[in-house]
Amino acid sequence: MITREPFEYPDSAGYFQRLYLATQEGLAEVGRAVLLGVRALRELPDLRRPKARAEFLRQLYICGIESLPVITVVALFTGMILAFQTGIELRRYNQEVYIGSAVMVSMLREMAPFITGLILGACVGSAMAAQLGTMKVNDEIAALEIMSINPVRFLVTPRLAAMMVMTPILSFYTCMLGSLGGAVIGMTQLNVPWEQYMSAGLEFARPKDLFVGLFKALVYGIIITTVSCNEGLTTTQGAVGVGEATRRAVIISFLLVLVVGYFVTRFFY
Amino acid sequence: MIRFEHIVKRLAGRNVLDDLSFEIHPGEIFVIVGPSGTGKSVTLKHMVQLLRPTSGTVWVGKESISTAEGQALERLRGRFGYLFQGGALLGWLTVAQNVALPLQQKTSLDEAEIARRVQEALEMVDLWHAAEQYPAEISGGMQKRAGLARAIVQRPEIVLYDEPTSGLDPVTARTIDRLIQHLNRDLGVTSVVVTHDMQGALTIGHRVAMLHGGRFVEVAAPAAFAASRCPEVQQFLEAQHITRENFFRK
Ligand SMILES: Nc1ncnc2c1ncn2[C@@H]1O[C@H](COP(=O)(O)OP(=O)(O)OP(=O)(O)O)[C@@H](O)[C@H]1O
Ligand SMILES: [Mg+2]
Repeated sequence: MITREPFEYPDSAGYFQRLYLATQEGLAEVGRAVLLGVRALRELPDLRRPKARAEFLRQLYICGIESLPVITVVALFTGMILAFQTGIELRRYNQEVYIGSAVMVSMLREMAPFITGLILGACVGSAMAAQLGTMKVNDEIAALEIMSINPVRFLVTPRLAAMMVMTPILSFYTCMLGSLGGAVIGMTQLNVPWEQYMSAGLEFARPKDLFVGLFKALVYGIIITTVSCNEGLTTTQGAVGVGEATRRAVIISFLLVLVVGYFVTRFFY
Repeated sequence: MIRFEHIVKRLAGRNVLDDLSFEIHPGEIFVIVGPSGTGKSVTLKHMVQLLRPTSGTVWVGKESISTAEGQALERLRGRFGYLFQGGALLGWLTVAQNVALPLQQKTSLDEAEIARRVQEALEMVDLWHAAEQYPAEISGGMQKRAGLARAIVQRPEIVLYDEPTSGLDPVTARTIDRLIQHLNRDLGVTSVVVTHDMQGALTIGHRVAMLHGGRFVEVAAPAAFAASRCPEVQQFLEAQHITRENFFRK
């Protein structure tokens, strides 16, 4: 079950045996994380219960509304930087009317889900790991287990569902704001009027870009929640452990967002 | 009712419990005392499989809880209430919601009945006035009492108390002692109490056990315990100014 003890090497283990055991333990950890994700997904129908829905709404608020300010700023400025940099290059060939397509397509395909993934990983994932980790070291998870309340259903599933709803929405929002930021730079710095910016963008952006981008965001949402909750729930050793769990949750989420993002792109293009 | 059979528990490279065997009888108040860090909490956690023994078996009735899984484990755990050392309340729920949680999640009682039971449990621990407050807003002692209310709200057969009175003022501590006695006497709750408080231990316990070096160095009824020749026990009693004479004078 979820309550686990720290991994220990037998006293007699030599160097190679330790290496072998460490690899084995690492793989087992990956397996447990995947299993946690699968379990949480399987419990999704539980959200039909009114009592579970309240927690789901609370999580929607936490990961959606509370990360909105950061996402807004980052999205806007990313779009502006993107437009500015490509604009400088395109101007050399007198093609700056095409910044619209450069900004929108890269936003749709890559930047929007990527930014959403990183920001939610940093803001929401870390908070999940810290909260569940604190609950773990304060025996609150143990208390749930004694009451036979499944911690996965009670804690992980609402968070997972909220992230699965919010990551695509926030990704779309990022995309819109990024494009808007690009348009502002186009109009103020590069003399590209709004109509030209939009028509150039819409000429190249395809629905597929949008759907793949949203799908990617959804995958990121699942990854971040699973990784962060797993780190939280396997925290040991007090406050130090909580810090460590939070750090690991953010690092692993970031790496996976990058690596998995590449493979999803490879698969669709 | 609860039987430890040659339990060894290895944690962080040493045997915290080392071949520990004992039995707790139905309807008894069994008190475990011992210095900090000897494994009292670890012992309690074995009774509900929050930890699994490295070797040996823990029996609850005729079933082994240390190897139980799934439904069987859920059913066995359902017979227990557990007061954690730190209270272990959920921070985003009020005291009343925390106490209501096991009833809401695991029973089909209606709202009115749940509210009634929650009030009853909170009044038992004298915390009804703080029902609408959040755990972070109340003191450590109050959190512990709220944890106690949650442990007993399902009316379990067996209640495990991890330091129910530490961090409480002497008056409240005696109130909690009386509550443990009341639950035991009037509702037949089998109780396992971990404590540092010898006065309380000798007052409420039917048997008192001293954990030292991974084993019980003494298990005896209070009077015999206070008269024990075992050096660890004597040291522990002396430190709290309890001598044979003043114990028997009471
Ligand atoms: N999850 C764990 N991982 C590693 N070591 C542990 C764990 N839990 C307990 N220990 C070790 O087991 C020993 C006994 O711990 P335990 O919490 O049972 O002590 P205790 O008797 O309850 O003390 P206190 O009176 O301070 O609560 C301690 O030395 C502790 O370091
Ligand atoms: Mg303890």
